[in-house]
Amino acid sequence: MDIFIQQIINGLVLGSIYALVALGYTMVYGIMGLINFAHGEVVMIGAMVALTVIKLLANSGLPVFVIILLALAAAAVVCMAVGFSIERIAYRPLRNAPKLAPLITAIGVSIVLQNLAMLIWGRNYHAFPPILPTSAHDVFGATITTLQVAIVLIAALMMAGLIVLIHRTRLGRAMRATSENPSIAQLMGVNINQIISITFIIGSALAAVAGLMVSANYSIAHYYMGFMLGLKAFTAAVLGGIGNIAGAVLGGILLGLIESLGAGYIGDLTGGFLGSHYQDIFAFFVLICVLIFRPSGLVGEKVSERA
Amino acid sequence: MSYSRIPSMTLAIAAAVAMIGCGQKEEPKPAPAPAPVAAPVPPPPPPKPEVTVQLGHVAPLTGPQAHLGKDNENGARMAIDELNAKGLEIGGAKIKFVLVAEDDQADPKQGTIVAQKLVDAKVSGVIGHLNSGTTIPASKIYFDAGIPQISGSATNPTYTKQGFATAFRVMANDVQQGKVLGGYATKQLAGKTVAIIDDRSAYGQGLADEFEKAVVASGGKVVTREFTTDKATDFAAILTKIKSKKPDVVFYGGMDAQGGPMTKQMKSLGLKAKFLTGDGGCTPEYIKLAGAASEGQYCSLPGVPLDQMPGGKAFGDAFNAKYGQIQLYAPYVYDAVMVMVDSMKRANSVESAKFLPEIGKSDYQGVTTKIQFDDKGDLKGGAISLYQVKDGKWEYRETIGGSVVAEVKEAVKEAATAVKDAAVATGDAAKDAMKDAAKEGAKVAADVSKDAAAAKAAVEKK
Amino acid sequence: MTPSSTLETLRTDKRIVIAATVIIGIALAVLPFIIGSGLGNSWLRILNFALLYIMLALGLNIVVGFAGLLDLGYIAFYAVGAYLYALLASPHFGLHLPVWVIIPAGAALAGIFGALLGAPTLRLRGDYLAIVTLGFGEIVRIFLNNLNAPVNITNGPQGISGIDPIHLGGFTLAKPISLLGFTLPSLHAYYYLFLALALFIVFVTIRLENSRIGRAWVAIREDEIAAKSCGINTRNIKLLAFTMGASFGGVAGGLFAGFQGFVSPESFNLMESVMVLCMVVLGGMGNIPGVILGGILLTILPEIFRHGSGPVQLAIFGKILLDPEALRMLLFGLALIVVMLYRPAGLWPSTTRRREFRGDSTNDELKAGE
Repeated sequence: MDIFIQQIINGLVLGSIYALVALGYTMVYGIMGLINFAHGEVVMIGAMVALTVIKLLANSGLPVFVIILLALAAAAVVCMAVGFSIERIAYRPLRNAPKLAPLITAIGVSIVLQNLAMLIWGRNYHAFPPILPTSAHDVFGATITTLQVAIVLIAALMMAGLIVLIHRTRLGRAMRATSENPSIAQLMGVNINQIISITFIIGSALAAVAGLMVSANYSIAHYYMGFMLGLKAFTAAVLGGIGNIAGAVLGGILLGLIESLGAGYIGDLTGGFLGSHYQDIFAFFVLICVLIFRPSGLVGEKVSERA
Repeated sequence: MSYSRIPSMTLAIAAAVAMIGCGQKEEPKPAPAPAPVAAPVPPPPPPKPEVTVQLGHVAPLTGPQAHLGKDNENGARMAIDELNAKGLEIGGAKIKFVLVAEDDQADPKQGTIVAQKLVDAKVSGVIGHLNSGTTIPASKIYFDAGIPQISGSATNPTYTKQGFATAFRVMANDVQQGKVLGGYATKQLAGKTVAIIDDRSAYGQGLADEFEKAVVASGGKVVTREFTTDKATDFAAILTKIKSKKPDVVFYGGMDAQGGPMTKQMKSLGLKAKFLTGDGGCTPEYIKLAGAASEGQYCSLPGVPLDQMPGGKAFGDAFNAKYGQIQLYAPYVYDAVMVMVDSMKRANSVESAKFLPEIGKSDYQGVTTKIQFDDKGDLKGGAISLYQVKDGKWEYRETIGGSVVAEVKEAVKEAATAVKDAAVATGDAAKDAMKDAAKEGAKVAADVSKDAAAAKAAVEKK
Repeated sequence: MTPSSTLETLRTDKRIVIAATVIIGIALAVLPFIIGSGLGNSWLRILNFALLYIMLALGLNIVVGFAGLLDLGYIAFYAVGAYLYALLASPHFGLHLPVWVIIPAGAALAGIFGALLGAPTLRLRGDYLAIVTLGFGEIVRIFLNNLNAPVNITNGPQGISGIDPIHLGGFTLAKPISLLGFTLPSLHAYYYLFLALALFIVFVTIRLENSRIGRAWVAIREDEIAAKSCGINTRNIKLLAFTMGASFGGVAGGLFAGFQGFVSPESFNLMESVMVLCMVVLGGMGNIPGVILGGILLTILPEIFRHGSGPVQLAIFGKILLDPEALRMLLFGLALIVVMLYRPAGLWPSTTRRREFRGDSTNDELKAGE
């Protein structure tokens, strides 16, 4: 039983990480209908910047809490700047271009960011300095660290915050208007360029938080880390229904649970034929099944036939 | 290689002759190389003072394994710089070595493109590639061109099993290392029950399979076999499953970037088994990534620790001063360059066709181990050293294997099983015949190309 | 005057067409000798890979360019073709079937896989389709990577080595071919074979484009509901697009396996799918010459940077300032961005698409459900 609870916790933590990254995808998609393929790389930049700051300050005698906050602030600023520039340079000029054109620039941006990071931070893996408490809590025989609790809470908080932002504020209303119909929104006095920039900036700030959390939890950062993470998070966002904030979190958690329980139990259930080497397949398989029956994700709105 | 190549061998030789005909660099003949026909060449004029010899090096320099690729390249660079500083003389000419470093992105297709580029550039020899997946397809191109290749890190047995006379490695292959590790887990670590994880890469899976065989052979029980990928960071699910099986030892076939975080997660999940990994995890990075959880864990590296080898410590210090910490394979790549150059010295030629036969006869005291090759081009002996983390540093425990007689027996046995494994229909006889033909070919090539006397001597020696 | 409209006018004059065909034919025939002796065999090998990628890009163009179905897992069909060749012509199972059996079989099997992918995804559109096809590509790769146990089918991550080179009649393309006192080096022979098949695929694609089926695809791309109401069986036509596209990938895969002599799952990862998609989009979706151009450009560009990034730095600054390999990929990424910014419809778009693009297209692109 403790093993089962542990697997649930594993899935929850992993899922929260996916959710954190997926939120960034879904924000941008919700407003612009664009897959920001470079989002994973922005997460990577966030992780690298945070790590650099923490390494610099690790021996400064400042309290751990302050160091983390400073690192987060630095990462957020850099990521926001990167996110803002990506939108200005690679997406805005293509807003009226064929749908696939921004996809290609996104891939280009992704390659550029990766190799820039490689030039700046080198090719080596970076270990996260052990400044965080590693104490583990006992939950019915299973364990969870303080950081992992924080990750789950932050994912939930972020989701709640974004939902409030989008549905309860003026900015949110402008965002929804832009998403609904940019030309009409503009006629109504919404500065859609500004709204889209803000969306990217918020998405990138989320990426910075995600980057810090991921690298702290796995104590590793690397210029190539964004790719897999981005891919999984993107899958999670689609699973939940891309464009939907709650859907991203739901999709993330679900993906985490599927991977964790799949790797934990399917091997024994199938006599070793489908072991943990098919871990990634479980996720895609569930995704395909979900999309066959609900073609726009679990909680996504029905996509118009002419999307 | 079961289809018969022997009749078409002559064609290959013709090609090799053509390639080699314009392949040598040291030959101080009129500048432009002749067209790809082994035309008769005027008698060599008096040697020029300096001759440039190009050595190729290939490893992934971009992508997820770029840090290891750069490390390999640095190892090769270090060797080249030392050799140039020493100012070698081969065949009466002063030799200047130039490293042609290429990036194959760990992609088999890029591997062959780069290999072709090196062949076109007429390098005398190639060091690399890093990954087995790129080394294997590239080795065919080098073989066809008659260019010797020594890899310092490709551990897949297939690489040397293809019957290419040009393929060598200065690193124990997966079979050699997996066997030692399996025995170590059951005997020295007293592991009655063992859990195995691999990263589904050619390296990790190959090593883990051999490890599993060895554990079963020495009476251990494999309680579960789990898998991850070489890009994963989260191992909680498989580790939790392993925890439920209560193994004594957890073995990981894969690299440090996964092994480190894996060890850390083992600890936070309360999985108390001993952790054992192969050369991919045997790095300072592993300790950094695993943090305090690395204390007391084990790993293995082919060869003997640098500190115990003559010149090893000096190499380590010099490398660290110049390029920073050794990542992993730099010493092996360094040895690979040295072995190749040593063969040139013995052959008194920097011409591929002439020093190639000498590589097989190498008996070189490298910084990783004493390097001798078996008839396939694998490292003979294949001593494996084991290390344990103590106070945040890898500490040498013991070296297993390495006595030549035992190893030869072992090698024969391995060759037998390897042949069976591969279900290669061709008998040993055919293989030998092919190898002879290849050697013959290289020699004939040398012969035709220029130095008739030297080639004759080589044939006589044989 | 833009290139494609020039072509349009040229197409009307028969004599010019014949002359152009002859000139292009001769140019393509002597190309390997010029490149082989001028630039070296490595460029010839790159050229061969470019031909393979042209086949892939043309196949994907049917799905993405003609039918408008975004496919991010296309490389799976390439993998299917390559592995079929590897299994049927290597010591792995001890089978050595001739190439004229394997390549069509590869095309057929890949086609079946295409239909398998198409069937459950008929209802999906846009980005949802993209992620499912991406998942499909990964599923194929993961199976190839893991099917070495309990029964060893694919030899897992170790890959399959010692694959037979392509044989044609009594000739093996792995060795120089001597014919009537004329020797054809191996790489050249492969070039002609790949060229022949690429031309065949180009021919098939052109015929398809102007057929009922081709028009049906375009109709689906432009407006699926309208297409349906015009009496097009959208289900079958979509499945046909997946199947046809996939079979081209299967052919290219088989050739790749024979050319390379070694296949392993790492050759068929997601990045490869993305690259082929980039070729299609960057070249000019739906336009055959554009797609061919995209295939050539994206294969050759990284190689030009590979050859150039070190020496050019040396020439300008006198030393290597930036790591050449990082710079190479950096430039490649930048090239993708810049090309798309200046030619959003691709380098050589089809005439219809260009018209579309010039016209009104403001509201469709930004719309999406929140």
